Amino acid sequence: MNAISPTLSPPATGDVVTFALSGEVLAVPAACLREVIEPVAVTRVPGASAFVPGIINVRGSVVPLADLRIPLRATDAARTEGGKFLVLELTLGGQDTIVGVIADAVHEVTRIEAGDLETIPPVGTRWPAQYVASVGRWSGKFVTLPNLTAIFADYLAGHLGHGTPHATHTDAPHDAETR
Amino acid sequence: MTTDAMDTFRAEADALVESLEAALLKLKDAPDDRDLIDAVFRDLHTLKGSGAMFGRQDIASFIHSFETAFEDVRAGHVAVDDVLVNISLAARDHVAALLADPSAGEGRAILADLSEHLSRALVGAAPDWRLQFYLPSDTLALGGRPEIVLDELRALGAWEVTAHLDRLPPLAAMDPTQFYLGWSARLPGDTPEDAIRDVFLFHDTGLDLTLARSDEGEAFVAPALPGVDAVSEADKPAAAPSSLMRVPSERLDDLMDRVGELVIAESRLVELAARIGDPGLVSVAEDIQRLATAMRDTTMSVRMTPIGAISGRFRRLVHDLSDTLGKPIDFVTEGEETELDKTVVDRLTEPLLHIIRNAADHGLEPAETRLAAGKSPAGTVRLAASYSGAEVLIVIEDDGRGLDGPAIRARAVERGLLSEGADLTDDEVFALIFEPGFSTASEVTELSGRGVGMDVVRRTIEDLRGVIEVSSEPGHGTRVTLRLPLTLAIIDGLLVEVANERFVIPLAAVDEIVELPAEHATDESGNAFLDIRDTLVPFLRLRRLLSSTGEPDPHQKVIVVTSGDGRIGLVVDRIIGTNQTVIKQLSPLHAGLKTFSGATILGDGAVALILDVPQLVSKGQSVTEQGRHAA
Repeated sequence: MNAISPTLSPPATGDVVTFALSGEVLAVPAACLREVIEPVAVTRVPGASAFVPGIINVRGSVVPLADLRIPLRATDAARTEGGKFLVLELTLGGQDTIVGVIADAVHEVTRIEAGDLETIPPVGTRWPAQYVASVGRWSGKFVTLPNLTAIFADYLAGHLGHGTPHATHTDAPHDAETR
Repeated sequence: MTTDAMDTFRAEADALVESLEAALLKLKDAPDDRDLIDAVFRDLHTLKGSGAMFGRQDIASFIHSFETAFEDVRAGHVAVDDVLVNISLAARDHVAALLADPSAGEGRAILADLSEHLSRALVGAAPDWRLQFYLPSDTLALGGRPEIVLDELRALGAWEVTAHLDRLPPLAAMDPTQFYLGWSARLPGDTPEDAIRDVFLFHDTGLDLTLARSDEGEAFVAPALPGVDAVSEADKPAAAPSSLMRVPSERLDDLMDRVGELVIAESRLVELAARIGDPGLVSVAEDIQRLATAMRDTTMSVRMTPIGAISGRFRRLVHDLSDTLGKPIDFVTEGEETELDKTVVDRLTEPLLHIIRNAADHGLEPAETRLAAGKSPAGTVRLAASYSGAEVLIVIEDDGRGLDGPAIRARAVERGLLSEGADLTDDEVFALIFEPGFSTASEVTELSGRGVGMDVVRRTIEDLRGVIEVSSEPGHGTRVTLRLPLTLAIIDGLLVEVANERFVIPLAAVDEIVELPAEHATDESGNAFLDIRDTLVPFLRLRRLLSSTGEPDPHQKVIVVTSGDGRIGLVVDRIIGTNQTVIKQLSPLHAGLKTFSGATILGDGAVALILDVPQLVSKGQSVTEQGRHAA
């Protein structure tokens, strides 16, 4: 069983951080989590894709803030006030990059045993299959492990979101997310 | 040997190899320049010495032969010519190779070339040396051992070694810790002078030494060897580099990061002080502000590196290209003292190599063609750097055949980079050579013409937030202008507000600020030009550019910015003030956005985006073009 995304190479123990987003439970490998912060003021980046609509100040560094609802096609309806930002360390295009990820709530660091993980069932899920590494169970709920490597690689290649990252900005009105 | 010491040796040796190359290339044009000959000699000598000290006997013994050769040059026995310079350049390359990889070989072929050349060039054997010296009086106190000096002299072949007791005081006055003895000796004439002086390396201070040729006063006292004093003058710069310090650039980067944090903390303090309003606190905050600004300026000035630091490499490149291509090429540099941030200078090397190689390979015609066209047979490649506001202009110009506009256009269409019949200006057509996969060379040469390279140039320059412009005149040459920001670290910024969001405009680019006339207050007016003292200036509404929401401020301001020859007005709601802006690069996730050159952290901890003025100005120019088309 190809349980865990090999590209993110999580530790063999399978320690993950579980968090809530749009009424679902998601999890990312604990190894790439740097910290969880209270939401801070987000600076909108005009012209950017809705996937990375803004930037934030994390201890003096300027960090892009990503919204996983966009690649995972979650609805905005369940967006809650408050929430948390997960600060992750990822390797994007060969470059170590700190990325903030929006979460409605952060649950805990837990171990999902390999036996609890399943590859994504072909039907019956609303997630795009290529963005999900695997699905597991936690506290009686389904947990989705997004394939962050695939998501960010697709974004950088311009396959994700309505604005490719390399599109030049024009004067014409566009559909960038506004606050 | 510690790694640290080895690193220091490597860094020093690399610098020496580079300085050696620069001096050799200059020597080619000025073979009689004594200062240059001395400089070459010094570099060789130091390189040999530190090589030996760090256990690199291979380097030391290889260089030894060259040092000897230049000793002859220095003594006037051998004249500098192209052959010697070329052999020496090959030797320099071999030393560089040895430094990188100790198994690079012994370079016998080069040494053979050298000895053959010298045997032909040598105009006569040197007369013997006459040496007389008194060691410093504190020699023994410092642990010096005179017998070693004598052993070393003997190893050099000294004879007639005679002790001098003339400075020995009477027994009663003698201090047993002091050293009073002197010696005189004769040494073979072919011993390099510095080999002799080396013996006294550790007795430099207070040494009383006279070294002269045995026929001093006859054959070559002047001008070839203007006396011992003049020679030791020439040696001095190498012995006293103490006013300079070599620092790993990472430490400078760290320093810059700290200063960046300091500046951010300072602006928080200033804001806090203003809010609390305590006069004592305000005054301290002002002091800190002043110190932080001075600190920033000093740190930045430490990081500034002259373009000349890399131009030596280009001189060598042109020299080699001239040989390989069989075209005589003059390489002219101007404004080598122009300084840029170290990061920028380092990253400029590769793009400049590409551009210069292209100029020499494709730009310049063969000598016959040039003569037929009524030009001088030798082509010229010019590298000029100068300041222009907050930018540095670097111009690479050749006087060759120029770019072939129609051919470039045809090629671009063929490569699918351009649709047929596209309406482009000449300069826009020329700029196509920087597109990925574009190459104008009909034949692929060894040097360039593979169509890679020029797109690397553009990518690097854009990464450095620079702009490339190309202009060309058929038959007269091509000029590539690189426009680069002075620094990528901290700038003075103008903080503005658009729809309650804050943005930073680099202050150095700001020309003036005017009120937006009432007739332009709304978008409906359509007219995108402003009449400022009878000049039409196009303007952009940042509100629209940034897709802001809400109603504009009733008193919008226009900030007129310039970049190169272009000017554009940027309409904002409100001007907040100036601040020191620590530039933070945007992550790869936002790097594709051309409107912004980075972001910064404001006094209240919020992040503000920095507007990229050259990009906005070029946008404004296209607005102007459209305006003309519409008219």
